[in-house]
This record gives sequence, structure tokens and C-alpha cells, in this order.
Amino acid sequence: MDRVPLERKVLSENDRIAAELRARFQEHGVLCLNIISSPGSGKTSLLERTLEALPPHDRVAVLTGDIQTENDANRLKRFHFPVKQITTGGTCHLDARMIERHLADWRLEDLDLLLIENVGNLVCPSSYDLGEAAKIVVLSVTEGEDKPLKYPSIFFKSDLLVLSKIDLLPYVPFDIEAAAENARKVHPEMEIVKVSCLNRHGLHEWMMWLAERRRAHKPLVQQTAS
Amino acid sequence: MHEMGIANSVLEAVRTEMGLHPGTYPCKVGVRIGELAAIDQDALRFCFEAIIHETDLKSLQLGIELCPRRHRCQLCGCEFIVRDYDSSCPQCASLKTTCISGDELELAYLEVEEYGSSTFGAKSSQRERPHRG
Repeated sequence: MDRVPLERKVLSENDRIAAELRARFQEHGVLCLNIISSPGSGKTSLLERTLEALPPHDRVAVLTGDIQTENDANRLKRFHFPVKQITTGGTCHLDARMIERHLADWRLEDLDLLLIENVGNLVCPSSYDLGEAAKIVVLSVTEGEDKPLKYPSIFFKSDLLVLSKIDLLPYVPFDIEAAAENARKVHPEMEIVKVSCLNRHGLHEWMMWLAERRRAHKPLVQQTAS
Repeated sequence: MHEMGIANSVLEAVRTEMGLHPGTYPCKVGVRIGELAAIDQDALRFCFEAIIHETDLKSLQLGIELCPRRHRCQLCGCEFIVRDYDSSCPQCASLKTTCISGDELELAYLEVEEYGSSTFGAKSSQRERPHRG
């Protein structure tokens, strides 16, 4: 009996493609963000409000993942930025190869920001690196404040928690401070914004976070290039 | 539920590795799974058994090592296992600690046996079966 050490990641092929994507994003100065949540937490609504608030000639594009339908892409195309739907046909997450394939006919040199809306799922997307600069997790106030403790992986790996649908707080027994505390138990450095895409409260903080990330990403790219 | 994809990736890695070891067959593949990796080990075993069923690798065992979340204190250097999400340092109580492991999803080892070896029959009958209630 011989024991051969393998010592590599199970998803090494996905990670290889993700590393290539990350290098390409870096080379072209594209900030890539991977947005993850349960189905129905408001990822698409957050993207609608975001695209609506950006200047018309901003260099932004969106990839949106679902198991079936073009519905989300149709909702997001109204804002006249490049949008592409990724239908996985049953797979519960996006992987790096899907991103690579769907980026094939876009010129990265024309982009500054790529927003990826993952398939609605709080578990599986956390295992697949898409080459993003950061993951963002969205949690709506109808889901329960203990979700960060029940699904720690995605909260651990995300830089930002967007607590969404805060307009519903008067009607649901959701302790928003407990939710923030639970998220920080799993990830002490977690940044948190609270938004309502309906009455637009908190969207300014989200847009500020996004602008700050874009600003911080630029010098990084220039430093790498020089 | 992406354990089927993970099981497929493990099996692909075994097949690739076996190309480097002619004259042998694989007995057991070992994986390390961190508590933050979002993998259910029973589901992974179930998927693994399903995809090797009635293939040439049907006697391949899956060894799973679960890895706890470990942090290192930025002040005193103490390394410790995080329990109940308490990531403060048990030695100096500092809250400035850094995660050093716990999100593993790694292939650890492959055990191979030469064809014709006397343990062939014995090994294939020692398949680990997940306990299901």
C-alpha cells in the first residue's frame, strides 16, 4: 500500500480559471463583484436601483445567473448597460467557466465594473471563486436574523452584508442589530449597509461603498501596471 | 446541494492521478473539509458512492477529515480553535485574530495498491458506509 500526497484543492480547475479571470480583470482595471443571497432577497432590485443611479456612459456590465428564464436580464436591460443572462439549466451556482464563456464577446477594456448576480442560494455559490475582487451577501429582513450563524461560509467570505427590504421592519419580527451582530460573530470585519429598494432608504450608503471600492481599485491597478 | 459536483471533481482527480501510477489501483482517496467550506459530508459520501457505483472504481473508499476553524492572535501569536463563533484569543483576550484555516476543500492523499497484491480482496470489502438513520 502506498499513500500518495495530493495536496491540492478539490476545485483546482475552477480556481485555475478564476485566477485567469482575476488576472484579466486586474489587467484591464475591472472591479468584479459577486453578489450572493437566497432566492428573493432582492439582488436584482438592488442592481436595478444601482444601474438607475449610475451615469448613462458609465463603463458597467452585469452578468445575472438563474436556473431558468431571461427575466432578470430583461429587467436589467432597461438601463441600457450591457447585461447578459446565464441560465445554468439546473446548477445551483455559477462557476468560473460560465463567467469565462459569457465574457467571451465583451471587451474588458471597455469596462470598469462587472457586477455578477449569482444564482439565488446561500450555500453552494460560496465554494466557487469567479475571479471577483469581493463577494457581497444580501440578506432580507424577512429571512431571520440567525442566517449568518446557520450559513456561516458565505458570511465569512463576503466583504459586505447588504441588509435589504428594511421598509418591512415595522411588519416583521426581525432584530436588525442581532443580524448585524451575528454577521460580525462569523466575520468580525464585515461591513454592513441597510437598504430598501422600495423607499430607497440606505441606497446612498450602498452607492458610497461601491464608489469607494471603485476608487480604491483604480490606484491598485495602476500600481500593478507600472 | 453541490456535493455531486464536488464528488465528480474528486473522482476526476483520482483518475488523473492514477495515470501516474501504472500497475496499481486506487483504494482510498482522502479529502479535507473545513467547517466553513459549506459541504455536507453525508451528502458528499452519498454522491460519491452513487457515481462510483458499477464503475471500475466501485471499491474506492472516501476518507473525510473535518477541519475546525482556527485563528491566530495578532498580538500574542496564540493559535486556537474557534468554538461557538468566539474568535477572541483565549490567552490574552484580544479581539484582533486572523482566520488561518477552516475553509479547506482539498484533496489530501490517494492510497494505491499494486495489482496482484494479497490485500486486494480484503481492502475492497472494507468500504466505509455512511450511517443513515
